[in-house]
Parts: sequence; structure tokens; C-alpha cells
Amino acid sequence: MPLVNGGKIVDDSFVKLAVDTPLPEGGDILVPAERFVSDADALLKRAGKVGVIWPNNRDIDELVPYLGKVAAVALVFPTFRDGRAYSQARLLRERYNYRGELRATGQILRDQFVFMLRAGFDSFEVKKQADAEAFMQTAKRYSVFYQPTGDGRVTALHRRMQLRHSEGVGT
Amino acid sequence: MYAYDEIDRTLVNERVSEFRDQVKRRLSGELTEDEFKILRLQNGVYLQLHAYMFRVAIPYGTLATNQLRALAHVARKYDRGYGHFTTRQNIQFNWIKLAELPDALADLAKVGIHAMQTSGNNMRNVTSDQWAGVAPGEIEDPRIWSELIRQHTTLHPEFSFLPRKFKIAITASDHDRAAIKIHDIGLRLIKNEKGETGFGVLVGGGLGRTPFIAKTIKHFVHGRDILSYIEAILRVYNQYGRRDNIYKARIKILVHELGTEKFSREVEEEWQHIRNSLLQIDDEVIEDIRSRFTYPAYEKLPHMPDELRQAAADRDFEAWRKNSVAPHKVQGYSIVTISLKPTGGPPGDATAEQMDALADLADKYSFGEIRVGHEQNLALPHVAKRDLPALWKSLDKLGLATPNVNLITDIIACPGLDYCSLANARSIPIAQELTRRFANHELANLIGRLHINISGCINACGHHHVGHIGILGVEKNGEEVYQITIGGRADESAALGNLIGPGVKFDEVADVVEDIVEAYLALRERPEELFIETVKRLGVEPFKERVYATR
Amino acid sequence: MTSPLEQKKIKIAGPSVVTANRTWDGIVVYRTAAKGWSADLSEAAIVRNSDDAKALLAESVADDVGAIGPYIAPVQVGEDGKIEPGNLREQIRRTGVTIGQPVQV
Ligand code: HEM
Ligand code: SF4
Repeated sequence: MPLVNGGKIVDDSFVKLAVDTPLPEGGDILVPAERFVSDADALLKRAGKVGVIWPNNRDIDELVPYLGKVAAVALVFPTFRDGRAYSQARLLRERYNYRGELRATGQILRDQFVFMLRAGFDSFEVKKQADAEAFMQTAKRYSVFYQPTGDGRVTALHRRMQLRHSEGVGT
Repeated sequence: MYAYDEIDRTLVNERVSEFRDQVKRRLSGELTEDEFKILRLQNGVYLQLHAYMFRVAIPYGTLATNQLRALAHVARKYDRGYGHFTTRQNIQFNWIKLAELPDALADLAKVGIHAMQTSGNNMRNVTSDQWAGVAPGEIEDPRIWSELIRQHTTLHPEFSFLPRKFKIAITASDHDRAAIKIHDIGLRLIKNEKGETGFGVLVGGGLGRTPFIAKTIKHFVHGRDILSYIEAILRVYNQYGRRDNIYKARIKILVHELGTEKFSREVEEEWQHIRNSLLQIDDEVIEDIRSRFTYPAYEKLPHMPDELRQAAADRDFEAWRKNSVAPHKVQGYSIVTISLKPTGGPPGDATAEQMDALADLADKYSFGEIRVGHEQNLALPHVAKRDLPALWKSLDKLGLATPNVNLITDIIACPGLDYCSLANARSIPIAQELTRRFANHELANLIGRLHINISGCINACGHHHVGHIGILGVEKNGEEVYQITIGGRADESAALGNLIGPGVKFDEVADVVEDIVEAYLALRERPEELFIETVKRLGVEPFKERVYATR
Repeated sequence: MTSPLEQKKIKIAGPSVVTANRTWDGIVVYRTAAKGWSADLSEAAIVRNSDDAKALLAESVADDVGAIGPYIAPVQVGEDGKIEPGNLREQIRRTGVTIGQPVQV
């Protein structure tokens, strides 16, 4: 499954651990939430980056104390119809100011990229190669946004106000 | 009328080009149906019995004449020459080809019409009072707010994959023509003691399998906070709404399971986090939206023009006027409801020719504006009273002057088994038969206001629960059977109807309705006592006796 | 009619066909013995036991580009071999709405 990060297809430095996979010596790891929470201190001490895979039905508040220490948070879309992780993403970015990698995992298609970027994701485990390759093109599909989110894009309402004021200055 | 600016137009065009790409990927097999389904639904495309069905939004029910002509064009070019107006200010086309849909959408986009989020588990068309902006006594034009919310909920990055569909309706009149109590969120526009605009917020209404009347969770949310408050509701719902069972996924079930109090506490807590954010709207933003709604330059006209006085001698005109013409906030003008319920016709259907002709009439008599209401009728919102007789003659020629608005033949019916793949039974032929039974205007008038609502299955698209007489099609041993309720209503005193007894067969439905009506005529205390009042006073029993005594 | 879209277990009581809607235009089609789709019911492959029905459905589901929403629908086969829809729903799908359409085609 190709990983898109920073708009490009990149190699994934993280290895995903299951609940019971033995801990590798070094290297970057993505750890399931329950394993992470039960053993956070030890995990965070080892060499290599640590990320956490957070299920979409687990309260994000529980993750908050670790946000400064993890290198990545992977949120989960069990199917693309299940939109809970969009709320989790926005809360992480906008309420808890999480600045590390925010990865979308699960059933990820190109048709969700714009929503995901706007919700604060910056990395994507894309299901289909063709979708991963189309990332940049798809991400630019829209130039108008009606809602303010943490991605800081100017909203339509805002742009209208700017237009109004600049017109006001001109006349 | 709201005029799209460059920004709105750009978005709609971007959406069309995205959908064009999605259709292309679907037809080439790059997207499976499972993947594509939600994408097409988000663009208003269902699969029905015979074909794809295409649902187009008419935000807050306001149409300009060029928009109505564009709908006629789509009916003619891409469909079979007609469209069906629904109960949620949408129009549906029943015979669309998937491969042609992007072109149809592009044609509509040229006049600022879209089909975004007219189905799927996202925010649906934000509906409002079809008389918004013209009804006397209205607090303020609710469409300004509908438009604000429409924009905010369009392609929302957080709430486009909700547990289930989500419907918002707004009213600003005492008489609720928007059926806000059967919506996921119902907003009642009010003013506080300082004269500031805000909303009473109701949540958790809905029909379907488990009907609920919405409950008030906050008595006053200031206008500037309405987006953040809605966002808070949606965030709570997105996270906690059930996704394990589609029949329990609507917000009404969450509200019911948590209890109104706990639910509103959750919302309140979330809201406190976000109310002082960019979601707070300042007056200037509202003014900007308001400035793009245009209102006609009304003339100063007499209350009772000669033309009207003279026409009063014509009994047919009077029959129509009494039932289709309502008071306007400006003297000398009226709101004219156009019945899409001709005798023997499918409720809510209009042909391309009727749409075009109506657009011409709206240009001539209604400042180029048409409205669509939840009763599956249309309206011309600004008709000078002196023009009423001429308008009536023209409408009559088009088959659009049936004088039955709010009468027993003004039936709301879903498409049922004739079109719908979820149906258990047919709805439209039942409606047609009833309109024939009660075709006599004197009789219908004698009966007075009586709403019949018909759904072809428990999903309740025909709002049968809130019909004064509600008819629900079910299936029993491979046969169509209909359950009949009485006493429901959809207005400000919204209530669910009660079953009168065992289901009846297709052929018997009209007889049963006749029995119910006869019982009512015999039981009412005085001619002014409406059916719904008699039912309230006497309960179901006397009607039940009458219907089942001989069956 | 209980919607066949809710069809869960496959058990047929009599002769049946697989029907769906063609992907590009949505019209009603039937699975043929030649592994294609036809708008003509008389060309439909008839199955008479649950295993054959399952197989025909599986093959139809796999042809997702050709047609969508396939399901098993009952038919009646006359003595002359003529195939008729087995219930009202399928009758309507075959012959169209039971009401006059506003515009005749
Ligand atoms: C023809 C294809 C249609 C399909 C497949 C369809 C499907 C559905 C379903 C499944 C529901 C229940 C949703 C739920 O409670 O979760 C529903 C509700 C509803 N439908 Fe339809 N519908 C169709 C057409 C229509 C039409 C033509 C109208 C208007 C005349 C309509 C108006 C409504 C309304 C107002 C509701 C709301 C009831 C509620 O919110 O609980 N639908 N529809
Ligand atoms: S109520 Fe049932 S039959 Fe009628 S349109 Fe809705 S889903 Fe179809």
C-alpha cells in the first residue's frame, strides 16, 4: 500500500506492530493504542520513533498526554463511509495542537483526500496505486472552501469580506 | 432570490468536474460499485427499480425562472419529459443515464443549481418555509440563515460521512410550513428581548421506522453562534451516533438513547470549546448574504382591485382563489399556490412543458420567482392581486389550477413500488384513486382541510405518520396491504397518527378513506371543526367502528 | 414485496433469474447463459435450485462494470417455455410503472 506524505509517494519508515509482536530493537514503530497506553513509558524510551494507531471509537482525550512525545498518530477509516476519524483529526490538530505526522489509514481513496487534508491529515496510506499517484492533482481539485478548519485555508465567507473591503477602498 | 457569486459558481463547477472524473472511473471499472455508491449518492444519484434516479436540490425552495427552465431542459434532454417535486424541496428525475449525468449537472451548474448532498449520509438540502420572505408576520426571512447553513454544510470536511443522513429545516413564522419537528435539527427563528435574532433549536425529529417528534435542546442560540452550535451537534453525532445498525443510526436514536438532557449537555460542552472561534459570524457576513437576496420592487397597489372584484362572479375562479391564494406581506399582492395534484395524476409531477410555461408565467406575474413547498406543490410568491384572474386562466390551460390546495385530494405520496426499489407497495395509484373519489370540489370543500399522506414502505418518505390520514404500504404474503392511521399532523402541533386497525388491501383503501370521511362528517360538531380536531376530540374508536363494522 | 435488496440467504422456491440494472444507463437487465446481460427476460438464464442460483449470482456480482445490484428474482415459466416475472415488483420492473406517466413515451 503506497504511503503519501508531503504530497509525494514515500517509503514508510514505520513498521506496524500488532498487540503481541515482539518489540524490534530499533527503527520506527506504529503501535496499537491499547499496547501503547499500557506500556507508553518503555516504548517511548527506545531508539526510533514511536507512533500510535488510534481506533475511531476510542476517546482521543486519552491520547492527549502523549501528544508531545509521539512522532505519528495513525487514525483509522475501517471503511470510507465511517467518518469518525475526521472529528478525531480536527480535535487533535485544532484543540490539542498536535503537530506531528497525522496519518489516515484504512480504506483511503482519492475521493477523500480533500476532506482529509482539510481535517488536518498530512499522510495517507492509500489503497490503490493509481490514487496515490493522482494525489497532487486531486488535492488541488477544489479552490473554494466554505468552512474554517485548522488547515487555515481562506473560507468563502472570508474571501467575500476581503473582496468587499477592497472594493470599498477602491470606490 | 439568492444570486450565486463567482465563489459559489466555482465550487459547483469544481464539484461537477470531480463527479465527471468519478463517473469515468466507475464506467471503466477503476471504481467498484461499492466504492462509487457513496460518491454518486453525494451527488444525488440513486438506483431505482427501472433506472437511476437523480435528485436535484432547490435550496429553501426558491427558484428563478431560468433555473426552472433548466430543470425543464434536463427533464426533456436527459429524462422522459417530466420531474417529480419531493417533500424536501428537491426535484427528482426518474430515468437518468449515469453516463449522461455529468452533462446534466454541468447544464444545471450554469444556472447555479446543484445536486450536492441530496442523498447520502451527509447534510441534506437545508429546507425552509416556501413562503419565506413574503409571509405576513414573519419575523425575518429565514432563507438568509438557510443559505448560511447551506454553505457551511456543503462539502464539510468533518461531516460528509456521518452515521446517517442529516436534515435541517428552518421556519420564521408561527405557522410552521417547514415541518421542523420532523427534522434532525429544526430551527425556529426568534428574537430575544434585545431584539437580536436567534434560534430555538430542536433536535432528533424524524419519521421512518421509529418516528420521533423533535425536542427542544436550547431555547435561544444567538444568530452569530448558530454555526458553532450546529457544528457541536454534528460533532457529538458524528462520534457517538450508532454505525452498527442503519435503522438506529439517525440522530433521533442517539438523542433518545442518551436522553435529551444528557445529549444537550454533551452538545453544550462541545459548543463551549468552539463558540468563540472562526465559526462566530459577524453581522457583516450576514449582511453580505442578505445583500445577495433580491426582493422585487413592489408597486403601491390597492387592496381590492377592480379586476378581482369583477372576477368574483366567476364561481370557478372563486373556488380556486379561496383555496390557492394566500395573503402577502405587501398590500395588493398575493402568494399563489400551484397544485401539482390534478385529479388522477401522480402527486408532485410536472412536465417539462408545464415547467417552461410556469417559468413564463412567473416572469410575467411573479417577478421571475417560483417556490417549492414540502407539500409537493409550487407557488408564485409575488402576484399582484389585479393579475389573479389572468393568471388563473393561464394556469387552468396548463392543468395547474386544480382548486384543491389543503383539501383531501392535495395528497402527499412517495414514489412507492412504481419507482422505488425499497418499496413494499404502491403509493401513487392509491393517491390517484383517492383524487378521483373526491374529485367533486363541493364535496372536498365540505370536508375542509384534510391531509392524506401515503408511503410505500416504513421509510416514510410520504410522511404517513404525520398525515391527518396516513397510509402505509406493507407486504403480507406477497400482497400489498395498507395500514391506516389518523390524527397525525406535521405543523407546529406536530403529532404522530394512531393506527385504526388491521391493514386493508389495495382495492379497499379508497373505500376505507371514504368511510373515515363519512364518519367525520357525521361526527363533527360544526362545519368548522376540522377532521383533525374531531379525531382529537373523539379519538380513534368511532372511526375504527365505522371502518371495521362491515369488514 | 420485501425488497430483494435485503436478500440474505439464498434459497429459491421455484424457477428464478438474476436481474440487475445496467451500469451505464441503469436499465433493467437479466443475466444470460452466455455470461452477459440482456434487457429481454426471455433471454435470461433460468436456475432451478439454490446452488445454481448461488453460482449465477456470484458470477453476476463479479461483473460489476456491466450491471449493478444483482439479485435473484422469481419467474414463472409457462408450458410453452415463456418466462414471466414472478411477482408484482418484477412485473413493474419489466413493464414499467402501473400509472400513466405524465408524458407518454
Ligand atoms: C425514490 C427513491 C427514494 C428512496 C430510495 C428513498 C429512501 C428513503 C429512506 C431509506 C428513508 C429513511 C431514512 C431513515 O430514516 O434513516 C427516507 C426518508 C425520507 N424520504 Fe425518501 N426516498 C426516496 C424518495 C423520496 C421522495 C420522492 C420523497 C418526497 C416525496 C422523499 C422524502 C423523504 C423524507 C421527507 C424522508 C424523511 C423521513 C425522515 O427523515 O425520517 N423520499 N427516504
Ligand atoms: S417510503 Fe419507502 S417506498 Fe416510498 S419512496 Fe421512501 S423508501 Fe421508497
